[in-house]
Amino acid sequence: MSVTLNKKQCRFLYRIIAASVFFAFAVLLSVNGVFPALYSSYAEFVLFLVVYLVIGWDVLLRAGKDIIHGNVFDEHFLMSIATIGAFFLGQYPEAVAVMLFYQIGELFQSYAVEKSRRSIAELMDISPDHAYIERDGVIVSVDPGELQVGDHIVIKAGDRVPVDGVVIAGSSELDTASLTGESRPRNVGVGDQVISGCINVSGVLHVRVAKPLSESTVTRILELVESAAGKKAKTEQFITRFSRYYTPAVVLAAVILSVIPPLILAEPFTIWIERALIFLVVSCPCALVISIPLSFFGGIGGASRSGILVKGSSYLEALSKTDTIVFDKTGTLTNGSFSVTEIHPIGISERELLEIAAHAEAYSSHPIAVSLRAAYQQTVSTSDLTDVSEHAGHGVTAMYLGRRIAVGNVELMQELGVNSEKDSLSGHGIHVAVDGRYAGWLVIADTLKSNAVYTVGELKKLGIRHIIMLTGDSPNVAASIARELGVDEYYAGLLPQDKVSVMEGILAKQRAGRTAAFVGDGINDAPVLSRADLGIAMGSLGSDAAIEAADIVLMDDDLLKIVSAIGISRRTMHIVFQNIVFALGVKFLVLILAAFGVANMWEAVFADVGVAFIAILNAMRTLKIMR
Amino acid sequence: MYLEIVMKKSFKLENLDCAHCAAVMENGIKKIEGVHEVSISFMTRRLVLDADEERFPEILKEAGVICKRVEPDCFIKE
Repeated sequence: MSVTLNKKQCRFLYRIIAASVFFAFAVLLSVNGVFPALYSSYAEFVLFLVVYLVIGWDVLLRAGKDIIHGNVFDEHFLMSIATIGAFFLGQYPEAVAVMLFYQIGELFQSYAVEKSRRSIAELMDISPDHAYIERDGVIVSVDPGELQVGDHIVIKAGDRVPVDGVVIAGSSELDTASLTGESRPRNVGVGDQVISGCINVSGVLHVRVAKPLSESTVTRILELVESAAGKKAKTEQFITRFSRYYTPAVVLAAVILSVIPPLILAEPFTIWIERALIFLVVSCPCALVISIPLSFFGGIGGASRSGILVKGSSYLEALSKTDTIVFDKTGTLTNGSFSVTEIHPIGISERELLEIAAHAEAYSSHPIAVSLRAAYQQTVSTSDLTDVSEHAGHGVTAMYLGRRIAVGNVELMQELGVNSEKDSLSGHGIHVAVDGRYAGWLVIADTLKSNAVYTVGELKKLGIRHIIMLTGDSPNVAASIARELGVDEYYAGLLPQDKVSVMEGILAKQRAGRTAAFVGDGINDAPVLSRADLGIAMGSLGSDAAIEAADIVLMDDDLLKIVSAIGISRRTMHIVFQNIVFALGVKFLVLILAAFGVANMWEAVFADVGVAFIAILNAMRTLKIMR
Repeated sequence: MYLEIVMKKSFKLENLDCAHCAAVMENGIKKIEGVHEVSISFMTRRLVLDADEERFPEILKEAGVICKRVEPDCFIKE
């Protein structure tokens, strides 16, 4: 951790060092009894007063302003009263030490906060500072804000993509790490979309601008991160509210302590005033007021470095309490594209079966036809194809290389009088007949993402009690996918509009204090994303509706990001609770000890500055990124 | 029917250096007439103000006074 201080902090540091040297000097002089006995107490008083003023003049000044404004519960005011009180009781070194340590604590706090802010800012430093535009064959550098839709820009190797666009010439690799956390570069070529904020790694790209800077991904992400301030976690609100009562209560206790016990017990006032002053030193809730927001801030920052955008600390908190995750199937658990998963030829080879199926569907643009042609891998020549006729909803018949071929579903086979094996397989069974004889079938299905099964297993390990899948597929297709995934519950045959009511049903069954999250790809499911306790949109770089509706946005479609998001949220909440328990525990302990005269000013300084110091260091752990 | 127009805007709080102050400011601004919701993030130094559109400029001015009173160096920047 490199230490860099800004100018203000540097001056402050020099002042603290100077005051510390003076202070050590003053302590040495007074301990060794250098001054003649006649006026030693006056000399000591003056000596320590000078050190006190050097280190604490600004605190006293702020305290004065606080009185004018009526803020008697401000930390500056309380510190001033406590130290001035100690002076009056003749505890000069203690008074100076409290002020000195308070100031050291302040410097450390401002350093820690500044450092966290800076590391998040670096993280979010994805804004492009220039763009190269091609005008009349000449390449000129312009401000990215000036680019207009349709402009032709050139992105050199090492440059950031300034705005969203489409590649019109060239090919390269894009580093999307600052957006998605994914370190493997993405290949792009002509016709591919490029997203602003990525870095062009190798070649030169010519790109047509698709969106102006103000609507590009980079701007939307920055807006999202900056407005994350809006939704504060309940714990954060609790601390704010708590501190509003804590300080006055402790101050009131101090006042009572300084007056009542000496009257009842007939003891000297000085003993009890000293204890009351200790109360004042401990009355500042700084440790909590700074470390809790810092923890959340660090958690959100760490998440965004891994490509997980959290729209506010309240969502991080909600995620840590999630015990139900509802997945939309298509595009979330599956790739959202069809492919041939099984080939069952009868009497011919696999190759032949594919060839026939691919040719029969040569003219169709249906996803199934596309997947058949993709599986065939070779070019489909329509010249060998004659007499093609479409049997609406059932399939296709045609003449191919002199043979009568039929490709379609069970109904088509029955229609043609071909004996097909009755299939109860999942997906879309495509049957093939050649010259009236059954030649086998192919299975086409939406493929599961490679890490879908693993993700579900990991989520269960994390203690997610219910993993639910929503799909528009037929019940038996859904059943087989659910079985493969290890998903406990599924709702099949849903139309997009049914999903909201299913989600509402799930939410109604939730146990108190636990949240249900919905994971979708933002296509057709924006209403569900906003209805769930927690809407998680994935793979949504470029989908406005999803980014708008979701509470947490995963920048790419890697399912495992959900697992890491939950990990980050729990770790953050863990640190938050550690800090609350630790800070309050120490403070109350010192208060009790002080009331019984066991603790002195030094313990009070620890309970104030020391605890804040430790809590802040603990909070900064959230900044560490987990991969 | 009379319909209130609400406006939500985010501002930067320059020189906001004390976490406790942020909470005090938030509490003070909340009490200004016409403010529906206000949130100050100490970490991002952001003020998100949700208030009646009609009185927005005045509310913002009052909010600025409150911030200055709590932390003398602090001011609201658009």
